[in-house]
Amino acid sequence: MILGIDTSLGTAVAVIEPDGVVVAAADSPNSLGHAEAIGGLLEQVLAPADAITHVAVGMGPGPFTGLRVGIAAARAFALGRGIPILPVPSHDAAALGLLLGDAVAGADDTAPFAVVTDARRREFAFSVFEGTDDDGVAVRIAGPLLAPRDELDDRLAALGAARRDVTAVPAAMVALAASRALAAGRTLATSEPLYLRSPDVTLPGAPKKVTA
Amino acid sequence: MNRREPLVLGIETSCDETGIGIVRGRTLLSNTIASSMDEHARYGGVVPEVAARAHLEALQPAIEAALAEAQVGLDDLDAVAVTSGPGLAGALMVGIGAAKGLAVSLGTPLYAVNHLVGHIAADILDQDAGPLEYPTVALLVSGGHTSLLLVRDLTGDVELLGETVDDAAGEAFDKVARVLGLPYPGGPEIDRAAASGDPAAIPFPRGLSRASDMAAHRYDFSFSGLKTAVARFAEANPEMLADDAGRADIAASFREAVVDVLVTKALNACRDHGVPRLLLGGGVIANRRLREVALERAAAAGVAVRIPPFSLCTDNGAMIAALAAELIASGAEPSTLAFGADSTLPVTEIQVAVSEGSPGGARS
Ligand SMILES: [Zn+2]
Repeated sequence: MILGIDTSLGTAVAVIEPDGVVVAAADSPNSLGHAEAIGGLLEQVLAPADAITHVAVGMGPGPFTGLRVGIAAARAFALGRGIPILPVPSHDAAALGLLLGDAVAGADDTAPFAVVTDARRREFAFSVFEGTDDDGVAVRIAGPLLAPRDELDDRLAALGAARRDVTAVPAAMVALAASRALAAGRTLATSEPLYLRSPDVTLPGAPKKVTA
Repeated sequence: MNRREPLVLGIETSCDETGIGIVRGRTLLSNTIASSMDEHARYGGVVPEVAARAHLEALQPAIEAALAEAQVGLDDLDAVAVTSGPGLAGALMVGIGAAKGLAVSLGTPLYAVNHLVGHIAADILDQDAGPLEYPTVALLVSGGHTSLLLVRDLTGDVELLGETVDDAAGEAFDKVARVLGLPYPGGPEIDRAAASGDPAAIPFPRGLSRASDMAAHRYDFSFSGLKTAVARFAEANPEMLADDAGRADIAASFREAVVDVLVTKALNACRDHGVPRLLLGGGVIANRRLREVALERAAAAGVAVRIPPFSLCTDNGAMIAALAAELIASGAEPSTLAFGADSTLPVTEIQVAVSEGSPGGARS
């Protein structure tokens, strides 16, 4: 069984069978409060008898403070059980969820679309996808990138991608994307969080004068 | 769980040190620290986002190193402990996320504790010093805090007597170091520059020490006025700033003003409360002049001073584990999993989110 964790938007956790069957899932949509939520949600989805073999974790993009809570919890959980961690771009998981939903609805699956999430500071984060590949993994053809809010639609038009705003990343999709990649012997992301921004700091200048 | 001598792993990420400590009861098994200080040096102070990123990358290797040093396995742990505050919120949350992930993974109880009280608990691990006696006054001085506490019981009764109303003492050292053209961190640099200086050369102000301040701020500290006074003096006396001997006098006089006010207020607290014991903690305790003056004046006042080894004075995970071990030994129940980071956690909250009593200390 694979434990999935994502805190790129709200806090989401899930346990799935490798084939995608969801054993348990729980989430908190609160875009703050990840540190408060993560422990209780983990306890909620885990049963003592669960043989967790991997921890899949959403690496963002997403607001940094919350994003780190999920990655830290995932790494520590994996360390505690002595099992590997499978990093997944959070947009890839969201895209897989959208594509599976489309398939169920019988909608066209091949047109490019953009997963768009709030990146705060008047910016959006987006990634463009085009269907799934033979491994069942969403094919990312651009991103993740940042765009100012008022430029996003032009950027997406230029890429020919339909805009799909996402406000929650299902942890079961994080786990499923990781599971499918694992089965195909692939990795979807490195262990680096997808911050997309440098730490917001400026180098100090000379000390300010205190006298006129 | 072994309540008398629990094996506890402590996680501390409240500022720029990623600290993992392992204790068995009052015995220190490991004190692993990964610091991001070098990354902050170019900014002249701790940058919260830089610190938080560094914590996330340092945690797992630090936990592994601590376990190896302590020669214990994760399965041996009786409990996990973590700092829930006070400190930098984004930095604290990395440690909290890791602590919760680890505790749930292992099925061990989790203790969320107060960083400042942890500094006092560090003293318990200093086994050469003999047991900590109560009550004691504690002076905690670092880059992040300057607090004067009255400790009647480490696990049950800690009172805040006073704290800084603006900069922490360590911050004042950093800022004055910049004025003097010295690198970050300022504490050791100022200490070095002050070595040959005359501490009485310039009468810099002692913050919140006038009779009119003493009513409302008897045990509070203020260092921002002192920092401004040093900057003003340096601007008015460029020839002193340009000269090694002059700079030494400014550094020594500044340091003396900080040390004087810290020691005076701490010993006032001892006298006012009839407590003949003073415990020092926090990274600024590394300052030789502070230790010297504290020991000298305390001896004259009949106050016994305790100073834990320096590696336990700076922020570390061992002190967090030690506090949790004391809480466990005193019968405290674990924390629930619902707590978050509290950047201004009051010192009276020694442990947060204590679960309702359940027999045997099992998690509910
Ligand atoms: Zn501290």
